[in-house]
Amino acid sequence: MEMAIMAQLLTSFFATGAFGIIFNAPKQSLIKCGLVGMVGWLIYVLMVDNGIDAVPATLTAAFIIAVISHILAKVYKTPVIIFSVAGIIPLVPGGLAYDAMRNFVQNDYYSALALAAKAFMLSGSIAFGLVFSEVINQVWRKVMLQSKNKKMLN
Amino acid sequence: MDIQEHSIDGVMEVCLLAGKIMLQSGAETYRVEDTMMRIASFFGIRQSHSYVTPTGIIFSAEGNEPTKTKLIRISERSTDLKKVTMVNSISRKISNGELGLEDALLQLKEIDLLNVTFPFSVQVAAAALSSGCFLIMFNGTWHDFFPSIVSGGIGFLGFVYFHRLVPIKFFSEFLASFIIGILTLLFVKTGWGHELDKIIIGSVMPLVPGLLITNAVRDLMAGHLVSGLSKGAEAFLTAFAIGSGIAVVLSFL
Repeated sequence: MEMAIMAQLLTSFFATGAFGIIFNAPKQSLIKCGLVGMVGWLIYVLMVDNGIDAVPATLTAAFIIAVISHILAKVYKTPVIIFSVAGIIPLVPGGLAYDAMRNFVQNDYYSALALAAKAFMLSGSIAFGLVFSEVINQVWRKVMLQSKNKKMLN
Repeated sequence: MDIQEHSIDGVMEVCLLAGKIMLQSGAETYRVEDTMMRIASFFGIRQSHSYVTPTGIIFSAEGNEPTKTKLIRISERSTDLKKVTMVNSISRKISNGELGLEDALLQLKEIDLLNVTFPFSVQVAAAALSSGCFLIMFNGTWHDFFPSIVSGGIGFLGFVYFHRLVPIKFFSEFLASFIIGILTLLFVKTGWGHELDKIIIGSVMPLVPGLLITNAVRDLMAGHLVSGLSKGAEAFLTAFAIGSGIAVVLSFL
């Protein structure tokens, strides 16, 4: 069990970092990309292993990835997209999309449609997690701005 | 700073060039619009409107002169986060007042011509490594690690090479996934690889349009309906190309 988790951590770190290279992220942010992806994947794997459905697990992982990316972007004064893009790649339902395609080819449209719907739900939940953290970020910024203005008035 | 000294034409050139580089490098729609309008307002254009789609930018600026509108066509798009970062830091410098109009234009032109990507061999190695890692992440066995690295690397190599040969993305993605399928089938038949499905899934991951899908849904939610739909169409085409390349191989089974 522990070995399996260690392997997952290591592979998700390298996979995400490698995607950073494919997307041509700046050199100094590659390790951070890998760490973001690793944390997201760890959350996803732990939730799925404990019997939680893939949709809420993906949603949570995507949300946390986006929150970490926002913080890193603020600290290093770079666009958010650098950290979030590579981080969410492991969550993308490539395997499900493949299974759906395979069933389509083998004329099993019934299971193919079910798998395709599931893949759509998962990519929707990734996007929802990202948007959700952006909304929180904006609300937070507005609240901070208002309290700053109040202080200046006082 | 004296606001009147900038001509609308010069400001628009800077805005459009910044927008063009960002859009070609895969920045989000809202970031492109935001950057362009921020630069315009800093250089004293009171009202500006930008309309950004994945295939073109329309930008119009209102000043003391009659309103001017310009259109820029985007035909080639890729993901190059380094350039997004560079343009972003230029726009940051402009709004801090550290960079004048002429200098900004010069630096943007430099970035536009610059090739800051990693060496090609490094990219292929990264794609190969990520294929192997994805295999393990999708509960594959370590036996299949090297077959997956080989087929993922060759698949990515094929994708880039075919894309240089024939600049139709659908075609090169189709061929790349077809190669991956054939190679994997070969590995499994010769007994080097074990699980056909897992190796294929791991190897096609570098080609999968994950960024496009999530950006599409995000654009749709943010109200950028046109760019959301067109990015969704692009993602669907890519997924379809990969799927049909694999499907051709699977029909040999």
